[in-house]
Amino acid sequence: MLLFLLALGFLFLGALVSLISWRHPAWARIFAPVTVILGSLLALPPVLSALLGKEIPLLELPWSLPFGSLTMRLDPLSALFALPILVVSALAALYGIGYFSPIPKRGNLSLYWFNFSTLVVSMLVVITARNGLLFLLAWELMSLSSFFLVLFEKDDAMVRRAGWTYLIATHIGTAFLLVFFLLLGARSGGTLDFGAFTGSALLPGTAGVAFLLAMVGFGTKAGFMPLHVWLPEAHPAAPSNVSALMSGVMIKTGIYGLVRSLTFLGTPAPWWGWVLLAVGAFSGVLGVLFALAQHDLKRLLAYHSVENIGIIALGLGLGVFGLSCHNPLLIYLGFAGGLFHVVNHALFKSLLFLGAGSVLHSTGTREIDILGGLLKRMPTTGTTFLIGSVAICGLPPLNGFASEFMIYLASLGSLSMKGGASTAGFLVIGSLALIGGLAVACFTKAFGVIFLGEPRSEEAEGAHETGKLMGFPLLVLAGFCAILGLTGPLVLKALAPVIAVVAGSGREALPFPYEGAAALWKITGASLAGALLLALLLFIRSRLMAGRNVTAAPTWDCGYIAPTAKMQYTASSFADPITRLFRPLLRTRKRFTPPSGLFPSSSSFSTETSDLSRDWLFEPMFGSIERFLSRFRRIQHGRLNLYILCILLTLVALLLWKLR
Amino acid sequence: MKSWLFSLVMLVLGFIGAPLLPGIINKTKAFFAGRKGQPLLQTYRDLAKLLRKGAVYSSTTTWIFRSAPLIGLVCSFAAMVLLPMAGGSGLLSFAGDLILFSYFLGLMRFFTVVAALDTGSSFEGMGASREVLFSALTEPAMILGLATLLRATGSLSLSGTYVKMTVESWRVAGPAFALVLFALLIVYLTENSRIPIDDPDTHLELTMIHEVMVLDYSGPDLAFVFYSSSLKLWLTGSLVVNLLLSPLKTTPLLTVFAFLGGMALLAVIVGVLESAMARLSLLKVPQLLLGATTISLLAFTLVVRFLP
Repeated sequence: MLLFLLALGFLFLGALVSLISWRHPAWARIFAPVTVILGSLLALPPVLSALLGKEIPLLELPWSLPFGSLTMRLDPLSALFALPILVVSALAALYGIGYFSPIPKRGNLSLYWFNFSTLVVSMLVVITARNGLLFLLAWELMSLSSFFLVLFEKDDAMVRRAGWTYLIATHIGTAFLLVFFLLLGARSGGTLDFGAFTGSALLPGTAGVAFLLAMVGFGTKAGFMPLHVWLPEAHPAAPSNVSALMSGVMIKTGIYGLVRSLTFLGTPAPWWGWVLLAVGAFSGVLGVLFALAQHDLKRLLAYHSVENIGIIALGLGLGVFGLSCHNPLLIYLGFAGGLFHVVNHALFKSLLFLGAGSVLHSTGTREIDILGGLLKRMPTTGTTFLIGSVAICGLPPLNGFASEFMIYLASLGSLSMKGGASTAGFLVIGSLALIGGLAVACFTKAFGVIFLGEPRSEEAEGAHETGKLMGFPLLVLAGFCAILGLTGPLVLKALAPVIAVVAGSGREALPFPYEGAAALWKITGASLAGALLLALLLFIRSRLMAGRNVTAAPTWDCGYIAPTAKMQYTASSFADPITRLFRPLLRTRKRFTPPSGLFPSSSSFSTETSDLSRDWLFEPMFGSIERFLSRFRRIQHGRLNLYILCILLTLVALLLWKLR
Repeated sequence: MKSWLFSLVMLVLGFIGAPLLPGIINKTKAFFAGRKGQPLLQTYRDLAKLLRKGAVYSSTTTWIFRSAPLIGLVCSFAAMVLLPMAGGSGLLSFAGDLILFSYFLGLMRFFTVVAALDTGSSFEGMGASREVLFSALTEPAMILGLATLLRATGSLSLSGTYVKMTVESWRVAGPAFALVLFALLIVYLTENSRIPIDDPDTHLELTMIHEVMVLDYSGPDLAFVFYSSSLKLWLTGSLVVNLLLSPLKTTPLLTVFAFLGGMALLAVIVGVLESAMARLSLLKVPQLLLGATTISLLAFTLVVRFLP
């Protein structure tokens, strides 16, 4: 449909214009976000109609590059991922207008908006591309533009380090994808068109290898443990609306890629399901544990992305398990839960990152331990952050619960099945329960310490509410969290065309899980009744209290005369019992200088929890690669004539090989 | 009798009877300590007294602190609606209702904890910190225990599993059920902050967990908090009592009496336990809770292995 291409063009135009206005960042500050918003709105109608089950061919052109044709299509699966991209991009762009006012001294704003628009365009191309080459090109564009966005404050050494980590991690992932696509291309007669992949029958062994390649390649982008190393580095370094975009929707392109590749690989083997479930449980539990140990707000949120990607993988794992044993209930509810959680996570995670951005904008710090009492100073940000926190903990009546409930339903259904399915279901139930409990601990900590109590520093004391432009996106996202929480059964029905794509149209038609829908309706009813009851109770209490003596007093302090805000529990002390229990995994390092002498002057305490896979997997791996490669450093001597000789020799060798 | 009418009657009985449970526990403890103790109906009197009072709010607090007791009450009401009692099903029951049941308790906990942090008191922060650790460890024990029951009875809902449970299912899956019973008992003690996890009668803020989180409440709000915790005693207690009494399929009246008797007996057992032993050291509690989760896991393994 023309509208979608028009929207892409519009976004691209915005990118170009912001690049042209290189010397006038003030133009780009307004113009670029407006084009992003308008472009997203323009693309909304075709995406919605595709979501309802209409497959829309966008573009089909022969091109001069090898491996097939330039094909773009919008089917329900693409549309499901496109919807959050459009919504979150538009809101993040709107937020950006306020966020970069006044214009920051560090970083170039027109370059920033160029990369922002490019990122949005490339994400949309990634999910609509139907050719491996086009997909990889868009994928690379997406990685590069987000890399430059992460580097916005490149004067900071930490930011540069984070950028490099991201660049290297994402390219390792891309390398696996390259092999993945070439493998599929070789099996389907030299073309990289997705249409040809679906038809080609793969040997079980080849399909298994391809699945593992996709798991590593796409898993690096999505943030599966232990491939997640770049997330906790890149998200805190990027400007907050970019973190929202990257964590909310960009990492989901990894999930999209994984789900799309499942449609190429034929009927999955049961062990694929086990791999996904193991990765999901591992990422979920460890993600939330590492989040608990953090005291940098955006780092904490980044680890929660790992946790939620884990939950999504649990849902997908059950779905794959269902595909392998032809169980329609598992297929439907597993994929529905996983994919619905993709949308939900996009909403509440971008809400939380934008909220974190407002806190950062207003106080200048991301350090949870020195904040406090912000709810009184920033009521909109605080209240929406609370809604996001409840949603991400998967608590009713918000959207996080609805999607987790679908995954729970799938696993409860699998309990009574034969074979490994019941164990798989039990694993999912146990992991989700543990993740849920720990997430409550983490977000009561984050919300409670930042927004409640008394301010712990001057920064927090002087906080102020941000402007309407930054407040409005928060309210919209919070509203979506509430609405999707109550419309779970409708979503379950609406996901049918998407699941039909994932399950493959050639297989038996999937029956709709009526029992699950009925359960979700009852949950919606219970939630609404609960809200009514709450209103009633509020009314009753206000009637009860009318005319009574209601006084304000300081908090009970056991009769201590001079309490200070510093005596409050901090985020680190709040999480201490849990981090202590999981010490062998977290290995939190503490630096403590105790007060000494009769008149102690200064003492300090700080903790740091570095990443498990970074310390144990990547640093040793890269260390040994570097040691090995340093032997070849002798060739890198700087003498140009010898370099040219090398090139010449290689060419001659290739020529001889070809002529042989 | 129509089944929904029976559920409704049981629900009303639960709402009326819940505050009796703390009274029974206290009376038992008084008996063991050789005291006369407070009257059995003391909780009702406390509630009535508190509802008639004004309130003092800390000037640090926000609307979170004021709404938390009401949200907690709504959550426990909602969980009561889902709860099957005395061999009947809950007023509302559906596939996966145990998840909603336990997540409503989670929502209540979220707001209790956040409200405690709202006061800015380090005592309440300390209690909140311990509460989230213990509850994060009990949640898997409870959900996995209940999931084991679901697997053993081949049903998808909490009500379904207790309705379907017969003497035969106890005969077949007895050991697993006994293990789940033990795990649920620990969940019951933890969720209600009883000895050996927490000591509700302690008078030192430093050592309390649940009680310290609600230190700053007064007046009607405190009444709501007390009533919610009585309901929680009823909610988690019913899970234990149902497991033992559900196989008893006799006349409705008899099952109701057996159920109420069971609830009272459970309260007496808690009283005996609290008189007989001291609270565990805080560092030991996680071991007990992880133990409960392991026991649920073991029960599931037994069920999967021996029940085709």
